[in-house]
Amino acid sequence: MKISPLNKRRFQNFRRNRRGYVATVLFFMIFTVTLFAELIANDKPLLLSHDGELYVPFLVAYPETRFGGDFETEADYRDPFLEELIAEKDGWMLWAPIRYSYDTINYDLPVPAPAPPSAENWLGTDDQGRDVLARVIYGYRLSVLFGLMLTVLSSIIGVAAGAVQGYYGGWLDLVAQRFIEIWESMPFFFIILIFSALFVPGFWTLLSILLIFSWTALVAVVRAEFLRARNFDYVQAARALGVSNGVIIFKHLLPNAMVATITFLPFVLTGGITALTGLDTLGLGLPPGSPSLGELLAQGKANLQAPWLGITAFLVLSLMLTMAMFMAEAVRDAFDPRKTFN
Amino acid sequence: MTDTLLKVDNLVRHFDVSPPWLNRVIERRPRSVVKAVDGVGFEIGRGETFSLVGESGCGKSTVARLVVGLYNPTAGSLEFDGMDISSGAARSRNRTAQRRMQMIFQDPYASLNPRWRVMDIVAEPIRFNRLVKGDAAIRERVGELLEQVGLSAADGEKYPHEFSGGQRQRISIARALAGSPEFLVCDEPTSALDVSVQAQILNLMKKLQRELGLTYLFISHDLAVVYHVSTKVGVMYLGRLVEWGETEVIFSAPRHPYTRMLLDAIPDLDMSGRARTPVAGEVPSPIDPPSGCAFHPRCPLATDRCKREAPKPVSVGAAMVACHAVEEDRLPEWHG
Repeated sequence: MKISPLNKRRFQNFRRNRRGYVATVLFFMIFTVTLFAELIANDKPLLLSHDGELYVPFLVAYPETRFGGDFETEADYRDPFLEELIAEKDGWMLWAPIRYSYDTINYDLPVPAPAPPSAENWLGTDDQGRDVLARVIYGYRLSVLFGLMLTVLSSIIGVAAGAVQGYYGGWLDLVAQRFIEIWESMPFFFIILIFSALFVPGFWTLLSILLIFSWTALVAVVRAEFLRARNFDYVQAARALGVSNGVIIFKHLLPNAMVATITFLPFVLTGGITALTGLDTLGLGLPPGSPSLGELLAQGKANLQAPWLGITAFLVLSLMLTMAMFMAEAVRDAFDPRKTFN
Repeated sequence: MTDTLLKVDNLVRHFDVSPPWLNRVIERRPRSVVKAVDGVGFEIGRGETFSLVGESGCGKSTVARLVVGLYNPTAGSLEFDGMDISSGAARSRNRTAQRRMQMIFQDPYASLNPRWRVMDIVAEPIRFNRLVKGDAAIRERVGELLEQVGLSAADGEKYPHEFSGGQRQRISIARALAGSPEFLVCDEPTSALDVSVQAQILNLMKKLQRELGLTYLFISHDLAVVYHVSTKVGVMYLGRLVEWGETEVIFSAPRHPYTRMLLDAIPDLDMSGRARTPVAGEVPSPIDPPSGCAFHPRCPLATDRCKREAPKPVSVGAAMVACHAVEEDRLPEWHG
């Protein structure tokens, strides 16, 4: 498939916005790195040699007895006793750069938790003795994944609804528009409050609830675009040729609506991330123990004597959202029709 | 007598342009309906070119759109080669009818998708109707079509904005031909073009008609163009046909005062000093058409009967005319 000259020019415009381009690259680079969080922050060794055999403890659970221990349960590689056992058999362990997972509790803290940053815990620990850096890495991944999934799903639903409304118009459009107006005026935060009081929300349930309320964001733009474009002569021409409605919607009209949609997507992304963080901060979001930036923020507020908690959460969140906003600006510039011809 | 390809009978299309329900109730405003097409009937034989002429807003484009199915008729019937295509449901029962008729639009700039290559535009009916299988075969067929309309096969790689108006109209024609139609509806195909290019396009259309045995429904307001291309002409006024028949008959011996008025308005090189009757007045609003004969406010021959009673079409010679003056035989001689 060839890249059309228009798209080439858009990409050039996108790159010309240095700030946005760098922010986009950085945002997705950090995200890609955090996708491999298990290799960066883990309380199990990546590779282990024992008695001439190789093990991959971060993928497979081995019982302690395998290495000469006493228990049938999974080995605790951070235990000095096990380290000794492995060293006895000429073994070695290859650790991740950070020897903590998001839920590993450091029991050997010299001070009561939350402990300040140290050589062991680079960003300190939270009030349960868990490593903050490990939690931030996993939390970034979770937030961005949540945001991206919400963006993709709500744009699929929103674009479909807007397309059908705009293309067919008439009564269908009238009824659907009134429904969306009523739907959007529902206080979704209170509905989530009620929901969290009844159930313990997990990743997927939270995603579904936010999806139920966020799909309407794109309907208006897509609908407007379809209402405008369905009377274009070339759409009428396609209809006169006998082309079916589905083909017309996908091949003639959707490309017109794509500019408005893509420009809107980064805002849906930041909206999703902010909503999740907000819910976590209030303790209404992901279940306890999950690596969440919102929960870190709540800890920072509860432990003002430990400023590294709040400052870390603030810096990570604001950096992430700022990068996403710069990205949104660059995308908007790239698709700006007035900019294409200079 | 050729066999009939398209039969239009008492075709009616009304558009509801009423204000919203609340406004009607509170402001006591009545429903208003535009009678864009109000009882049009004609037949087109295979291989013929039937032209509809009339001033702007007389409903000729609406007839074209009704025929290809962009609108559904309010009443009346459409029959294509014996198949009923009067409604959306009837059209979906007779799918072949839709493929066998195609349309060419007025504005060659708007009727081609600017995002598509010419290749894809022309291939659209082929792909949709699965007339040719395989990319290479489609490419070859598109090349043939482009050459048939006087472009080169290599033009398929370009985008529509790289072409002039006349070339774009050729692309439109190639797209229409791609579905291998027998019947083409041409909605003012030349009115957006330069006069020099108009002739090229019209000659191309005549050539294609000869080669492929096409039948045309030709919509135009340009009488010179109509005279050049058509075998039959229908003159429309305010949603109705006022006079229709063989082109020669209509142009040499027009009977309806409106037809005469239109023909009088054509500037002519050898009319040398003859005072032309200008087209007087304007087309009345189709929301509130005049009573009786819709043309009576502008007609020099109008009588009281014309104001009261709508004329019925009568056969005079080789043409059909709807006029009381013709019926009552008080028509002045045509100066010819």
